[in-house]
Amino acid sequence: MPMLRKNKAVRAAIFLLGAGLFLLLAPSAQAAKIGDLADLNFADQILRFFSMKDPSVRYALLGSIFLGVSCGLLGSFIVVRKMALVGDTLSHAVLPGVAAGFLWNMSKDPAATFIGATIARLLGTAVVSLIKQTTRLKEDTALGMVLAGFFAVGICMVTMIQHLPTGNKSGIDKFLFGQAAAISEGDVKLMGIVTLLSVAVVLFFYKELLITSFDAGFARAAGFPVQLIHYTLMLLLAFSVVISLQAVGVVLVSAMLITPAAAAYLLTDRMHRMLLLAAGFGMLAGISGAFFSFLGPSLPTGPFMVLGASVVFALAFFFGPRHGVVMKWWHHRSRADRVQRENTLKSIYHVLEGREFKGEGVSLRELADRRRETIEEVQTQAKDLKRKGLATLHEEGNLIFLTPDGWLRACSIVRNHRLWELYLTNAAQIAADHVHEDAEKIEHVLGEEVVRELERRLQYATKDPHGRPIPSIEDIQRGLAGLSRREDLVGYGKRS
Amino acid sequence: MNSLVPPFDLQQFFLGPWNGDVAGSNFWIVLMGFLVTTACGLVGNYLILRRMALVGDAISHSVLPGIAIAFLISQNRGTLSMFLGALAAGVVTTVIIEIIHKKTRVKQDAAIGIAFTSLFAIGVILISIYTSQVDLDQECVLYGEIAFVPIEPPVKFGGVVLGPLPVVRMGIVAALTILLIWVFYKELLVSSFDPGLALSLGINATLVHYALMSWLSVVVVSAFESVGAILVIAMLILPGATASLLSDRLPVIMGMTVVHAALSSILGVHLATWLNCSSAGAMVVMASVLFTLAWIFSPHDGLIRRFVFRRFLRHEAPAVAEIS
Repeated sequence: MPMLRKNKAVRAAIFLLGAGLFLLLAPSAQAAKIGDLADLNFADQILRFFSMKDPSVRYALLGSIFLGVSCGLLGSFIVVRKMALVGDTLSHAVLPGVAAGFLWNMSKDPAATFIGATIARLLGTAVVSLIKQTTRLKEDTALGMVLAGFFAVGICMVTMIQHLPTGNKSGIDKFLFGQAAAISEGDVKLMGIVTLLSVAVVLFFYKELLITSFDAGFARAAGFPVQLIHYTLMLLLAFSVVISLQAVGVVLVSAMLITPAAAAYLLTDRMHRMLLLAAGFGMLAGISGAFFSFLGPSLPTGPFMVLGASVVFALAFFFGPRHGVVMKWWHHRSRADRVQRENTLKSIYHVLEGREFKGEGVSLRELADRRRETIEEVQTQAKDLKRKGLATLHEEGNLIFLTPDGWLRACSIVRNHRLWELYLTNAAQIAADHVHEDAEKIEHVLGEEVVRELERRLQYATKDPHGRPIPSIEDIQRGLAGLSRREDLVGYGKRS
Repeated sequence: MNSLVPPFDLQQFFLGPWNGDVAGSNFWIVLMGFLVTTACGLVGNYLILRRMALVGDAISHSVLPGIAIAFLISQNRGTLSMFLGALAAGVVTTVIIEIIHKKTRVKQDAAIGIAFTSLFAIGVILISIYTSQVDLDQECVLYGEIAFVPIEPPVKFGGVVLGPLPVVRMGIVAALTILLIWVFYKELLVSSFDPGLALSLGINATLVHYALMSWLSVVVVSAFESVGAILVIAMLILPGATASLLSDRLPVIMGMTVVHAALSSILGVHLATWLNCSSAGAMVVMASVLFTLAWIFSPHDGLIRRFVFRRFLRHEAPAVAEIS
């Protein structure tokens, strides 16, 4: 399996450790507030949690880890299959099944709950597809109706159970928001089995799941049983939602499916890495939820887990190396800055060209006139050039001298621009007065190879469509000084 | 098992809710249910048309932190602060969904899922931490307490007792909903069906979108107390979906939405009295039953009609084709 390659696993592990540290440091701020209200000895609780002497802590922790892993794994497929809200709907739809399972022998028997919830969920899936097939209602409406209808039946049953003499003590209301502390040994065993099952299915049928998720048409053509795989996935999903109920609650289970997987989706392009990350994030969210809800007597687990997952998502959203908003903004900024610098260099070149390269310095006023901008604007641009080592400033910043680097860049930008203009007029038959705008954009992104190719195709032409010389490599290398000393300046791009 | 479902007695089922001392409070419950379902259903029609049914779900969850924070800041259950909190929450949800969906490659459905679960989680946590200060409990958040509506302080206007505060408030919201839909009927219609045409007519589709979302959060928050976060979604979608199985014309659909609202709230109270369960839940159950009936029996698009039509195609149509 490619996912077991060492370096990737190590990188993922380091990332998880970092994120874990963040989440562990975060409580100190929140802690004081909860502590005041709950009137608990805070340090004791934390100690109890981490020493894990308490079996209920061990069960809660183990359960949270299991549910995080299985939800993360299956959630990844949900997210890439664009079925996120199917997950949401069907996790609400299990409530009547949970209530029915409870009625079976009037106690929270894990097996009965499991069977009831799974049946309710599959029934919900069937009703959604039936509504979609036989009416003109769209999928979102069908999902919303099944969600609400099933949930309402569940609510009615739960309130009826609570009105029974024995019902009130049953703790069935814990299924709404979850209470990890109520996880029993039987629950943990069930969770372990389901998690193992999910991991096994994902490992053994990785290829099948991958191909049906990304290209169902191709998978069908290649003879994969697409429907069967789809239903297997839905069944596994039903299992993992059901085992999560105890800890997360009906209402927020879908977040455990969607959020860790979406965070992983922002960080990587490879499915196996996404699965690993999502499972890790799910685990992290699970542990943090169990930890926080342990701190206060009436704090529900589910919302804290979900919030943990949301924090991970927010971090990925802002600081993800490739798709993060901050990184995107940074790339955008630096690109905009580079374009600005190159335009300034080009203008300096034009000024120099205008006086036939006599005299090396360009004054701010000349540049401002050329760019049709104010002195202040040009001044900041000049300072930017200086900071990048492309120019030096003299006479209190009023005179700009290009450094060899700056000269090189200015020439190559002008060369890109003029070559492109020529190419458009020659090859694409565009009128000479229409090519400037296009060249203005493309000059910043033409690579060295493309420029070589253009030169070849244009047979090393020396004049652009407007009759101005195209700087050649030789001119560039000879430098500005060499140019201005030339007496016979008849298009310095002329080859001898 | 026997003690769970009381024996069914037809007379008791129909007369039970209107028996002597409970009749008064049941009247207010039915009226409240009707107003909530009408207001939600009318707004919901547009959500269905715009394929944003699940955005309604999202907003109905995410007004919770708005309400909780408004409670914490203003320290009372004032109507105004609650509305403002919910409005802010609704707009924030819409913006978060848009940002996640536009700035990253996460698809819209996942963006909805992330946004509302996070906000809802924040709301639940706030409520459970500040239980003593926020006059809401966790279960109430989910399925509301419509049974408390009749005992709310009554509102007097010019010496005349109008009714309990939530009912009066919901009545105003429902009336405003109808008024707004009437005034902006064209804008809503055009921008829902054909955004391109809306643009060429000079209608700002983005503005309409945000306005609809804002009004949705107002409706949701005023319905929140009585039906809770999750059942609001039922009230938003079920009436419109039922009506759209029965007709093609938007005005007819609107009318049927109101009929559906009345039927489901009355039947819901009957069901709740019989089974001794949550009234709001029972109303939604009855609304789903009505939907199922429409689904099966609709003369337009119903299952039976489809079945008959398919049989006709299989058996009769070939014969007809042969003759001609």
